[in-house]
Order: sequence, then structure tokens, then C-alpha cells
Amino acid sequence: MTILGILIPVSLLLGGIGLAAFFWSLRSRQYEDPQGDANRILTKDWDDHPKP
Amino acid sequence: MTALPRLETTPSACPACAVVPSAERLAALSAAASGRIMLSLPGAHCAACISTVESGLAALPGVRSARVNLTSRRVSVDAEPIVSTETLILALKRLGYEAHELDAGLLSATETDRQGRELLMRLGVAGFSMMNVMLLSVAVWSGAEDATRDMFHWISAAIAIPTVIFAGQPFFRSAWTALKARRLGMDVPISLAIILASSISLYETAKGGHHAYFDAAVMLTFFLLAGRYLDHRTRAVARSAAEELAALEVPRAIVLREGIELVLPISEVSAGDLVLVRPGGRMPVDGVVTDGSSELDRSLLTGESLPAYAGPGTVISAGEVNLTGPLTVRVTAAGKDSSLHRMADLVAIAESAKTRYTSLADRAARLYSPGVHLLSFGAFAVWMWITGGDVRFAINISAAVLIITCPCALGLAVPAVVTAASGKLFRKGLLIKHGTALERLAEVDTVVFDKTGTLTLGMPEPTNLQDHPAEALAVAVALARASSHPLAMALAAAGGEAAGVTDLYEVPGYGIEGQWRGRRVRLGRALWTGAEPMDVTATYLSLGDASYGFTFADRLRPGAEAAVNALAAQGKKVLLISGDAEGAVRDLAQRLGITGWTAGALPAEKAAAVAQLSAQGHRVLMVGDGLNDTAALVAAHVSISPASALDAARVASDIVLLGQDMAPIGDATRIAAQATRRIRENFAISILYNVVAVPVALVGLATPLAAALAMSLSSITVSLNALRLK
Repeated sequence: MTILGILIPVSLLLGGIGLAAFFWSLRSRQYEDPQGDANRILTKDWDDHPKP
Repeated sequence: MTALPRLETTPSACPACAVVPSAERLAALSAAASGRIMLSLPGAHCAACISTVESGLAALPGVRSARVNLTSRRVSVDAEPIVSTETLILALKRLGYEAHELDAGLLSATETDRQGRELLMRLGVAGFSMMNVMLLSVAVWSGAEDATRDMFHWISAAIAIPTVIFAGQPFFRSAWTALKARRLGMDVPISLAIILASSISLYETAKGGHHAYFDAAVMLTFFLLAGRYLDHRTRAVARSAAEELAALEVPRAIVLREGIELVLPISEVSAGDLVLVRPGGRMPVDGVVTDGSSELDRSLLTGESLPAYAGPGTVISAGEVNLTGPLTVRVTAAGKDSSLHRMADLVAIAESAKTRYTSLADRAARLYSPGVHLLSFGAFAVWMWITGGDVRFAINISAAVLIITCPCALGLAVPAVVTAASGKLFRKGLLIKHGTALERLAEVDTVVFDKTGTLTLGMPEPTNLQDHPAEALAVAVALARASSHPLAMALAAAGGEAAGVTDLYEVPGYGIEGQWRGRRVRLGRALWTGAEPMDVTATYLSLGDASYGFTFADRLRPGAEAAVNALAAQGKKVLLISGDAEGAVRDLAQRLGITGWTAGALPAEKAAAVAQLSAQGHRVLMVGDGLNDTAALVAAHVSISPASALDAARVASDIVLLGQDMAPIGDATRIAAQATRRIRENFAISILYNVVAVPVALVGLATPLAAALAMSLSSITVSLNALRLK
């Protein structure tokens, strides 16, 4: 059962990374325009060369 | 000219009313030039739209960048001060997109934004800990014992307690406000359940007990926050939409001071000033014409579709549209004193007569809240008596009862359905401004339409061209091409070949005159051309001795026929009440197959007709756009107005039609009825879960596993049921 001593902190750490990522996405305003972002990925404007 | 006084101004009851800003503030904000321009873009819908608009705008000189937000259908343009909003709107029009000016300062909506982000963050935290606590609980449920179980309980506590304290704050805060006001809202039993569950679990953990409800406390917070967030989003959309509509009209006037034309906000215009109104412009003030002659379109105020003559001495009121010639007007009343504002009194009277509508959710909460408390305390008392004073056991039972009955499903039942339904309606071009509008729309059995501007577009179409000789038609077209009067433009567009008429000139307010084969020809008002006036909208041509009358009918709004047919097919009574002349109203009623129609109705008569229908027990849906409809819109059970309506009418109505098409109204009533049915079903589902689970909790058999199962199952079924909406 000593494995629990490692696995529980590890699982909490992984969950914590997910939570931190969620906070980051919230702060960098990635939920402002979900429909627009879903459509932007389909545009072909910058397929041949990167956006300047 | 914007915000009408509302008697009911609680933020929850009508989020839109409180946020519609005053015209003065709008004007003040728009005066400040800023580099960021916000435009509303109702036509944008796809990936191609984004690239077309963004690259099209970026190509304009002076524009630094443009970014489309497809969710709120707006484009924000970063530009140098030399770029005016008009050039951008014109450029977008060339690209094929309708655009309206918005006030960036007004639309920042930082407060709502911040609240939404805060709720989302709490939801994220609750979700994270729910997953982790659940994982630990699975070990306990599957039979962890003694030291292992205690360790798992302690870890759960370490995750759950901070989470509950952080994520539960919205509930604690509103429960506290409710208690201070000596009320029992939904949030009091919720807060009680969360706090009781956490503290009893902590106590049990410390004592090495078998049952801890940390998972239930966290799950409760998570599901309820999800409902709260959906609710917040629907409200925020309605609120920003109301702001957007208010920002569509930025009221300004051209004031003549010592011979110089100044563009000023309405708030700075005072009685006695001289105001210039160009053809096509809307009267910003009440006043008397001092110079110039023209014709006025009064349809928004009275419903009349026939333009009226205006010359020196004519009294004009704010809201009328100047058609042909420039007019100089001496202001008699501006802003709050203008006739537009006097209509507000009528609205206030209708408002006070309106019975407050209690939503299904409120009615459910009113029954639910005392019941839960009684049940829980009853269980506590009975078990105290049975066990002979075992406080620990009795509190455990009453906590279990609170957790099981907690309105997880109830809290999700309404927001989930309303979010799904208003999203569907928004995609169809209908904007729900009021929280209970959907439920009220579902109850409607009578629909009252206004004519001008609602069923018709206020754009005339010639109806009897084939009755006239080709020669007369050709002369009329030639004359009509010289004018910007709406009737002339319609004639020029529909007429075809033009004859060689020379020396054309327009006499503002009367018509157009010219020379044709050495004779004087005129197109215009009946008296001026020497023709016999008819009782429908018409213009007259004098050709030597003969005179011809060209009659016009208002063009139907697209989808008007479909909407009327769909409503009739749903078994609803359709009525037409208009302020226009009898002939025009009768023709339209026949064209659409509406049997009940009234012509020449005054604003007060419209409101009275709607009130009378309501008194007879009918639930009335009023669809109107003019100032003359405003009182009727308020008096009706629920109301819809098109986006082209005057701002007073839009503020008064519960739902706004964003596009030109009227057909979505038929869908709206259908979707509303379906949504209300789903809400009722959702209530039935959560009651069913309670009926099964509560007795189990009362006899003391509710383990944390049973609580978790009942809660998640009911929440998930309710959400799935909401998504079935078609």
C-alpha cells in the first residue's frame, strides 16, 4: 500500500497542472469568442506563409 | 429619449431595463473620439466572413487592424483618428455586410465580464476537486477500512474544505442577503446543505467515522455552479444585446448658430435653437418649421403610411422622418420635454396595470424551500426522539436529507433549457431580452400585429402600372428619376423606359415639374397636379389635360406571410390593429388572410384593445415597432419588436427581431412551448428522484454513495433532457 504515498500526490499534481492550465486559458481570454475560434481554424489565409 | 421609467427595477426581474443607457450618456460618449471603433455585424456567420471582413477592413487606409468576434457578431477596428465610422460602414456594405455603429465605451461591459470569469473560475476549481474527491471516495466505497479510510477522508477534507469555501461563495453571499431580508430563497437550503455536509464530515473524520459527505458537498457546489453559470451567460447576452440596440441610435442634431452648422448631441440643444434637418433625416426635436418645404413620414408615430406636407409654420414632432427637402426648424422642446418622451406616461400607466408574472422556477422555489427545511428538521427531531438523544446520529440523518433533496437538478432544470432555447432562437435572429419572456411566449393564444414597419417595410411598391398608357408611364418615370422621394424612387425603379423630359426641377413638398414635347408635365401631390385624390397611397401625373394616378402598396416584410400562416396553423387568433387609413389596412389584411382588423387606431386605443383582450382571458403577443405601439407592447402579455423599431418600442418589448425576416416568429412560439414543456418535465424528473431518495434518507439508509448517485444521475438526466430541444 506504500505505493499510495506516491500515486496520490502524483495524481493531485497532474490534476493541479490541469487546473493551472485552465486558469491560464481563462486569463488569456480564450473564452471570449468560442464560435470565432472554431471557424478561424478553417480559414486558408495563412496556409502558405505564416501571419506576418 | 431612451430609457422609459420602469416601476419594477430589480436587476433579476428585468436585466435589460436597468442597463439601457440614457441618450445623454450615449451622446456624451460618442463625442469623445477614440482609436477603437466597434461595429455590430449581424450578418457574419462563417469562416469566410471572418477573412473577408478582416482583410477588407485592413486594406482601407488608416486601419491598423480589425478583429471579428463571431460569438457576439461584432468587429473591433483599431484605426487612426482620421478614419470615420461612416467609411467603415460603407466599406462593409460594399463587401456585402450590414453594419451598425456601436459605442465602444458603452459596450466594454467589464463588470459582467468579470463576474462571468469569476464564476467560470469557481466552476473550474469545483470541477477539479470533484474529480479528485470522487476518485478517493471510490476507494472508500469499495471497502477501504480503518487507517486507510481515515487517510482518504483526511485527504478529501484537505481538498474539499478550501474548495467549498472558495467556490461556494456566490451561494453563501446570496443566502445571507436573503436571510437579512427575512426570506428563504433557493440559496438558503443550498448553503445550509453545503456547510452542514462539510462540517459533519469533518467531525466524523476526526472521530474515525464510516461516512463522510465531502464528495457530496463538492458535487453539489459543482452542479449548482454550472446552473448558475448558464443563467449568468443568458443574462449577459441579453444585457449586451440591449446595450447594442441602445447604441444603434446615437442622437445628434445639426444646430445653426450664427450661420454656422454645428453637430451637437441632443442634450445640448435647447428650445429656441434653429435645427437643420436634411432629407432622409429623423427629427431630433419638437418644433415649428421656419424655412423650406418638404414632406414628412409620420409612420413611426402614428402608423400613417401617407407622407404629410410640411412648410413654414408646420408643427413637427421628434421621430418623424424628413423626406424631400431640407427643413430649418425652430426648437420648441428637446430631449425629455419632447413628444417622444410624453409617450412614456402612457407606457407607465400600462406598466402599472400589468400583473407581475411569476416564473415556473420561482413558483417551484416557493414550494420547495420551506418543505426542505421542515423535512430536514423533522428528521432531526424524530431521530432524536427514537434514539433517545443521539445528536451525532440525528444530525447525520438531517444532513443526508438536505443533501439528497438539494436542488441540484432544480438549479439546472431551468437554466439548461433556457440556454438551449435562447441559443436556438438567437441563431434564428430573435433576441430574448427578458428572463421570463420564453415562458410567457409559450402561453400566447392571440397575436396582435401592427401594420406599418412591422408587417410591411414602409417601402412602397407601385400597384397599377399596367393600367396606364405607355406614354404616360414613360413620362412619369422620367420625372420620378429626378427625385429622392420614396414614391418617386419606387416608380423609377419599377417603371422601365423613360421619356425625354427636359428642364426637370423638384418643388420640395409638392413634386417634380418638367417640359415634354413643349408641354408642362408634373408628378406629385393631387392638388398640385390638378387630379382627384384617392384614399390609398398614390402620386399623380398631369399630362396636359389628362391626369393619371399611380397607386402604391407598402411592400410586405419578408416572411410576414409565413409568420401569419404559421401562427394561424398553431391555432392562434391573429389580429391587425393599425393607425393607418382604412383602405391600406383592409388591402393588407386581405393579402395576408387576416380577418380581424382595425384601422385608424390611436396609441391609447391600441393599448386599450390589448388590455381588453387580456381582460377576456386571452394571452396576447403584441408585435409592433412604432411609438404608437409602445403602450400596447407593454400592456401585452409578451411583445416582439423588429430591430428597425424606435428605441422606445425596443426597450418596451421582451423580444427583438434582429433580421428583416419575420418568419422566425412562428418558430419562436413553437420553440417556447417546447421549452416550457421541457422545464416542466425537468421538474417532474427531479421530483421523481426525490420521491425515491428521500424516504431512504429519512430512515437513515442514505450512504454517501447513494447520495452521489442520486445527485449526479438527476443532474445528468435533466441536462440531457434540455438538449433534446429542437
